[in-house]
Amino acid sequence: MQNVFLAIVLAPLIGAITAGLLGVSRRVAHSVTISAVAISFLLSLYVFYEIIFAGAAPFNISLYTWLESGNIRLELGFLVDSLSVLMMVVVTFVSLMVHIYTVGYMHDDPGYQRFFSYINLFTFSMLMLVMSNNFVQLFFGWEAVGVVSYLLIGFWFNKETAIYANLKAFLVNRVGDFGFILGIAAVLMAFNSLDYAEVFGLAQQGQYPETISLFSGIEWSMMTVICILLFIGAMGKSAQFPLHVWLPDSMEGPTPISALIHAATMVTAGIFMVARMSPLFELSETALSFVLIIGAITAFFMGLLAIVQNDIKRVIAYSTLSQLGYMTVALGASAYAAGIFHLMTHAFFKALLFLGAGSVILAMHHEQDMRKMGGLKKYLPITYITILIGSLALIGAPGFSGFFSKDAIIEAAYHAYEAERFGAGFAYYAVLLSVFVTALYTFRMFFLTFHGKERMDKHTREHLRESPWVVTIPLILLAIPSLLIGIFTITPLLFGHYFDGAIFVNNNPFNPEHYHGVLNFIGHAFLQPPVWLAAAGVGTAVFFYLIRPELPGILAERTKLIYDLLVEKYYLDRFNDWFFAGGLRNLGSVLWKIGDVKVIDGFINGSAHLVGTVSKLIRQIQTGFLYHYAFAMILGLAVLLSIFVFGTA
Amino acid sequence: MFDDLSLLSLLIWLPILGGLWVLTLEESLVRPIALVVSLVTFLLSLPLYFGFDTTTAAMQFTENLSWIPAFGIEYALGVDGIAMPLIILTTFTTVLVILAGWEVIQYKPAQYMAAFLIMEGLMNGVFASLDAILFYVFWEAMLIPMFLLIGIWGGKNRVYATLKFFLYTFLGSVFMLIALLYLYSQADSFSILEYHKLAIPMSAQILIFLAFMIAFAVKVPMWPVHTWLPDAHVEAPTGGSVILAAIMLKMGGYGFLRFSLPITPDASRELDWLIISLSLIAIIYISFVALVQQDMKKLIAYSSIAHMGFATLGFFIGFMIYQETGSLDGGAMAMEGGIVQMISHGFISGALFLCVGVLYDRMHSRQIQDYGGVANVMPRFAMFAVFFAMANAGLPATSGFVGEFLVIVASFKANFWIAFGAASIMILGAAYTLWMVKRVFYGEVANEGVASLIDIGKRETMILTVLAIVVLLFGIWPAPLLDVMHATVQNLVEHLSVSKIPL
Repeated sequence: MQNVFLAIVLAPLIGAITAGLLGVSRRVAHSVTISAVAISFLLSLYVFYEIIFAGAAPFNISLYTWLESGNIRLELGFLVDSLSVLMMVVVTFVSLMVHIYTVGYMHDDPGYQRFFSYINLFTFSMLMLVMSNNFVQLFFGWEAVGVVSYLLIGFWFNKETAIYANLKAFLVNRVGDFGFILGIAAVLMAFNSLDYAEVFGLAQQGQYPETISLFSGIEWSMMTVICILLFIGAMGKSAQFPLHVWLPDSMEGPTPISALIHAATMVTAGIFMVARMSPLFELSETALSFVLIIGAITAFFMGLLAIVQNDIKRVIAYSTLSQLGYMTVALGASAYAAGIFHLMTHAFFKALLFLGAGSVILAMHHEQDMRKMGGLKKYLPITYITILIGSLALIGAPGFSGFFSKDAIIEAAYHAYEAERFGAGFAYYAVLLSVFVTALYTFRMFFLTFHGKERMDKHTREHLRESPWVVTIPLILLAIPSLLIGIFTITPLLFGHYFDGAIFVNNNPFNPEHYHGVLNFIGHAFLQPPVWLAAAGVGTAVFFYLIRPELPGILAERTKLIYDLLVEKYYLDRFNDWFFAGGLRNLGSVLWKIGDVKVIDGFINGSAHLVGTVSKLIRQIQTGFLYHYAFAMILGLAVLLSIFVFGTA
Repeated sequence: MFDDLSLLSLLIWLPILGGLWVLTLEESLVRPIALVVSLVTFLLSLPLYFGFDTTTAAMQFTENLSWIPAFGIEYALGVDGIAMPLIILTTFTTVLVILAGWEVIQYKPAQYMAAFLIMEGLMNGVFASLDAILFYVFWEAMLIPMFLLIGIWGGKNRVYATLKFFLYTFLGSVFMLIALLYLYSQADSFSILEYHKLAIPMSAQILIFLAFMIAFAVKVPMWPVHTWLPDAHVEAPTGGSVILAAIMLKMGGYGFLRFSLPITPDASRELDWLIISLSLIAIIYISFVALVQQDMKKLIAYSSIAHMGFATLGFFIGFMIYQETGSLDGGAMAMEGGIVQMISHGFISGALFLCVGVLYDRMHSRQIQDYGGVANVMPRFAMFAVFFAMANAGLPATSGFVGEFLVIVASFKANFWIAFGAASIMILGAAYTLWMVKRVFYGEVANEGVASLIDIGKRETMILTVLAIVVLLFGIWPAPLLDVMHATVQNLVEHLSVSKIPL
């Protein structure tokens, strides 16, 4: 099996090198990279079959010793179990779709080969991340996907906004990684190992120091410190408040990577990581509450921002933030399985929405402002249908994939609320209200784009046509799981034994005894508020954007204070620019110009001057006249004699 | 087969004699001969690695000849797991530097090449010396070629820079000489290994420690005696900067490991807070200073100071870890991290200075504001530059990550806040490096000068490729590098746990 795993990760790496460094033609570049991802996907399916259906035990394979130091041996290797194999399949499938789609989307771009090289490299890095059996390799993959994301956001490096966005993305992520690496250091301190199996084993036996002293005298729970530090890493990568600020700006990158990296895979790495660390997080109620509250804030407040966006990609980006918040709430409510479930359904329907938006953008000649769209339904029939499916999945329309996963999360939050986990009440109402918000912004986008008056200029309208098949086929292939995956997987994932051995929960929120099949689950949902909230959201969107399209503008005028707050994204970007970017640069200037130049060099040059001045003075004595020297000698003699005479007396 | 070859002597004298030979050659032969000499020296240094016995902490490849018997001064050479990688780093870097100066240096090329070769021999001498006077001679002599390199091939303000460089380092060395003479008076020998065995009372240890510290802190350089470095770098020719950053700074770190720690372990334990604080200041304070630099070389120079802070932190944090955990393992890890950081920084900072050199050769400016959009016209070069920038920002799977990782995770065992401060380089290092990349490489082509740039040629590509491979290799698989130093570091760490104060 080891060779299969190696083939899965190395195929895209070889593809990346071929397309990126060997100077091949466009045709070769996309053929090689697409084949590479196809190989990874098919082999991942094979491994999935082996583990899930053929009943193979999870694979925990060590590849080689990265280094040995102190008494620690750090080995790189693969842990492939039900959790990682699910991620592998999702990652390689979405990646494959995006690869094919790119052939059409980037058709005219001069950086064609470079782009394929990057997305292959990304696939490699992401696979290394999810297949890791230790914290070191996890961090390798973690940083590598960050770098590729940096390169891809700044893919069009002549665009000032793009290179601002990629630097910002990297640095904000580094803030998260800063916490993450301290978390890894804490794990090493507590367990003297960075191997998952060993660490989790010791954690369950309680063999680790109970507390750690951060400030003298105050002891903190070791596990809480570890989990919060690790989660700070997740907050960066999975764009949780307040480290979410990079994700909306990342939309400056080409649309295929918004789908692949900034919706379906990389941003979910944080969610995956916490689920992977469930044996640790389960040991700290405090950390879970922290996770819960951060997730809830992100889910609700970022969703609100999507309502006022006019750029179609930014609506979806804020929606992604909000959905990542949902997943985080699931983690905080100890419903890791539901978090991963939503991660999977979201990967399909959000990739679909982004790629669909890309199809719209292509048709509109790279116009992304929805105010200049409208009525596109008749020009882009396939895009229209697939985006509709994606939208329904996103708002959780009963039966669609997103419905199951989102409902599960809301139930889990309620379960945690009942179990009186701190912050769960807030989280429950946040995710509940967000259902309405989600439906509102989703269908606002949908109606503004596809329905109503055609607001584009004449030239654009004349050239409107459906995208080529390389673009529409991936849309269709993604629409299928967006519609159906939930129905088929909810039973094993949430109520069965799928994640046994991979995810650990003390108090499982999903009780199989209260579960009576998929249909019953759907029927039951109609007696619960979420479905009706979603319906109300769609209804509101219908009223404001189809029936009375003049109202939103008036409303924005009337509630200017709130509207501005939303448009300005709660003034967070401004604050960051002013305080962090500006403030820290000023600090640097002060340290340099005053600390280094004035004080230190001033002292050095000052002492040099002092030596110079003193020697100038002393030089005056060296006159060269004999009588000066004779006088000095006599004077000296007199002083010595007087000391001698009076001193002895 | 290499046992009777006097390998270390060869590594010292071959480049020195080769350098003198180059001086006598006609100009067309200068470059090829210099390259051959450096290549042969590099190849001869490889048996040091492959023939190295990793199971012992004892000195290997030793040579011993009487030099000035009246004072017990010997020509004693030998390497352990700390010195050996540094010698290979020296021979490797010299080859690259000679290649890098191939076309650019048109003014007195023979003297230029000779200076590098002679300096290479002297630097190997510093790392291989086991006699204090021999060490001191190499240590001082090494300054001369560097002084000339900056003084002759340097920039506009080179006289100020050379003087500052010379005075700073010379001042430091004087204190070291006093300490060495005091130790001679106690041990009646100039053997460094004898010094390691001396029992010294605390008050004397403190003074010796401080004297050594001044000498080594200037070299590293540590805050606040670091201000000579940015000036020296800015004025130095590219090759000079590379050697300065890649090798010369390592002498300070090497000095701490060879002299301060083993000779004055009690004073080191007593004053560990001093070095740790200065290291953290170097990491944080200097990173902020690097952030606002306008000159690319200055920025990388400040970045070097911050990165060397990890080396000194790694060497001294072990005392605190021992105090907290009662185990020597964390200290060994931190120390190995510090050494790896030195080696890795040699490659990465060298590469970055070469990159600046590539731009400077074409545009004759080091100011960030004179550039913009270089990636448009030099895509191949931009790829390397971004790669090395990422390595400088400590990207995992590059060698830049390994040392920082080991030092951070080990420091955590001593104190959360020290690890916290050290880990801030994750953010700050990325900020100053990538912000520079953004302003220089990305964006629209800034001006006509940039528009007329020509991408790197075969020679430059080759140099950068070799460096990139090494940086990647030690990032993906640092085990071979760490394995050679285990025995030496273990021995040193155990040595430190035993008090030397006479009873």
